[in-house]
Amino acid sequence: MAVDFKKEVEYVARLARLTLNPEEKERMAGQLSDILDTARRIQELDTESVEPTSHVIDLPALLREDLTTPSLTLNRVLQNAPQRQKDFFRVPSIAGRIPEEVEG
Amino acid sequence: MKLYEYTAANLSKLLRKKEVSSVEVVQSFLDRIELVEPYVKSFITHTPAMALDMASSVDRKRSKGEKLHPLAGVPIAVKDNISTQGLRTTCASRILENYIPPYDATVVKTIKQLGMPLLGKTNMDEFAMGSSTENSAFYPTCNPWNFERVPGGSSGGSAAAVSTGMAPLALGSDTGGSIRQPASHCGLTGLRPTYGRVSRYGLIAFASSLDQIGPLSLTARDSAMLMNVISGYDTLDSTALPEAVPDYTACLEEGVNKLKIGVIKQNVSEGFDPEITAAVMKAVALLKDDGAEVDEVSLPLTDYGLGAYYLIAPSEASSNLGRYDGVRYGFNAGGNNIEAMFSATRGRAFGPEVKRRIMIGTYALSAGYYDAYYLQAMKVRTLIRRDYEKAFKRFDVLVGATTPTPAFKIGEKTDDPLQMYLSDICNITDSLAGVPSLSVPCGINSVGLPMGMQLTAPPFSEGLLLKVAAFLEQKRTYFPLRPRVKLPQGGDF
Repeated sequence: MAVDFKKEVEYVARLARLTLNPEEKERMAGQLSDILDTARRIQELDTESVEPTSHVIDLPALLREDLTTPSLTLNRVLQNAPQRQKDFFRVPSIAGRIPEEVEG
Repeated sequence: MKLYEYTAANLSKLLRKKEVSSVEVVQSFLDRIELVEPYVKSFITHTPAMALDMASSVDRKRSKGEKLHPLAGVPIAVKDNISTQGLRTTCASRILENYIPPYDATVVKTIKQLGMPLLGKTNMDEFAMGSSTENSAFYPTCNPWNFERVPGGSSGGSAAAVSTGMAPLALGSDTGGSIRQPASHCGLTGLRPTYGRVSRYGLIAFASSLDQIGPLSLTARDSAMLMNVISGYDTLDSTALPEAVPDYTACLEEGVNKLKIGVIKQNVSEGFDPEITAAVMKAVALLKDDGAEVDEVSLPLTDYGLGAYYLIAPSEASSNLGRYDGVRYGFNAGGNNIEAMFSATRGRAFGPEVKRRIMIGTYALSAGYYDAYYLQAMKVRTLIRRDYEKAFKRFDVLVGATTPTPAFKIGEKTDDPLQMYLSDICNITDSLAGVPSLSVPCGINSVGLPMGMQLTAPPFSEGLLLKVAAFLEQKRTYFPLRPRVKLPQGGDF
């Protein structure tokens, strides 16, 4: 199942929300194809009746009391925001309209 | 002997006997950092004032007769992917260059509570993706044994710091070898604990089903002391395991009589550097001399480990790193619509290796490929675990080389990601199986580079690994291993 990775790079970069310049795309195509050729070797193994690993150590799930405890304060949650507006993270318009001031 | 040359255990003794103060100890390491750091570049952020504050607070408590933990006053360095409240934590990435965590990782909270002064945050491959510390967005760290070579990675800053006496102990993280491989390249003991043994809360995620925090130290005893405090259940990490924590220092001197040792055929391979294989076999002979029963064992799925790892780790990374979108924290490239902002932010602030892993992972998880790649890899992981379960029916400890070659040259593998990945070939399957795995020095090669032997045991057998490592230390004349740091312009210190 050889894959021409040049065609895939553009599509995958879009899925990953990752801008790549033409040079990066070119290099990436070759490198990803090499890496995936190696990785693909695992497809030789018969895993028909094998369960995938979820947690490597087989122990029952641990439950705790469903209690609320204090969380971080709003200021600490927002302290690293590149763009903050009042108590909100500010982002570019998603719906096409840029509000001057968020109400409330 | 200067204070910075002491092991953590010996510093702990001096402090408890009040022969030295913690401020004196910390000052000795800070002086050493001033001298050595310009050449080695182990740290991303230095915290001398914080360290001295903590040290004087410990000294005050000690003089008042307060009961203190044995590690109180013993300084430590912490890898820069472990969150420190109010202190920049970068993951060696431009995207987190100015990130200030609003909380402490559980391990950081622990070391602060028991009074360990933090000397600084150490350099690493960006987001812990790499085997040489060359993927740091800031600068590479040098191997103190030979400045032209890499210290290993991704915990290369932690390893180089301990090796040169810039810190007596360090915390690293290991996803596919990132503690053991640099420990081996720098002549240290490095332990990857059982998955779930140490809380990952506050460890900035790379591959969540594989990441573990662990110690790098000069001796097995030092690692045991640190394991005593960082291990255990944590309500903040739902993958942390409730298994009781033993005193890891208690059984260090028991010897190896009657232990069943399996030499992993694939990890003393003919393709490896012959000096490393010879050094491992020499260490195995020492175990045999003391009454260990030695036989060969094959882990036939080792050949598939690399493939499974390079699907699982990048897949999980592509998901974990989805959070870096310029909204809540980190670099933001701007842009007039949300998708352009996301893509530009990530495209500009992630380095080449991180982009590569995000691309592999996104591809492997994308529609139509999930079953053939990620799901198949997780099934192969189950088969690999069975390989180990079978081996542990016959053996107590499995051994082999930590790395196929000694530390390679800076720049040697940067253009060939697959060759870089292969440098972790001995470390990856232990990670996939979730079992504890330790690298212990097993000699210096003919060009003066340290070599390491990897020991692997069943889940929760960290004590057993530390015991075997402690035994091997006692058999050596060159212990602890210290490089003589040679300056590029001549002379040494």
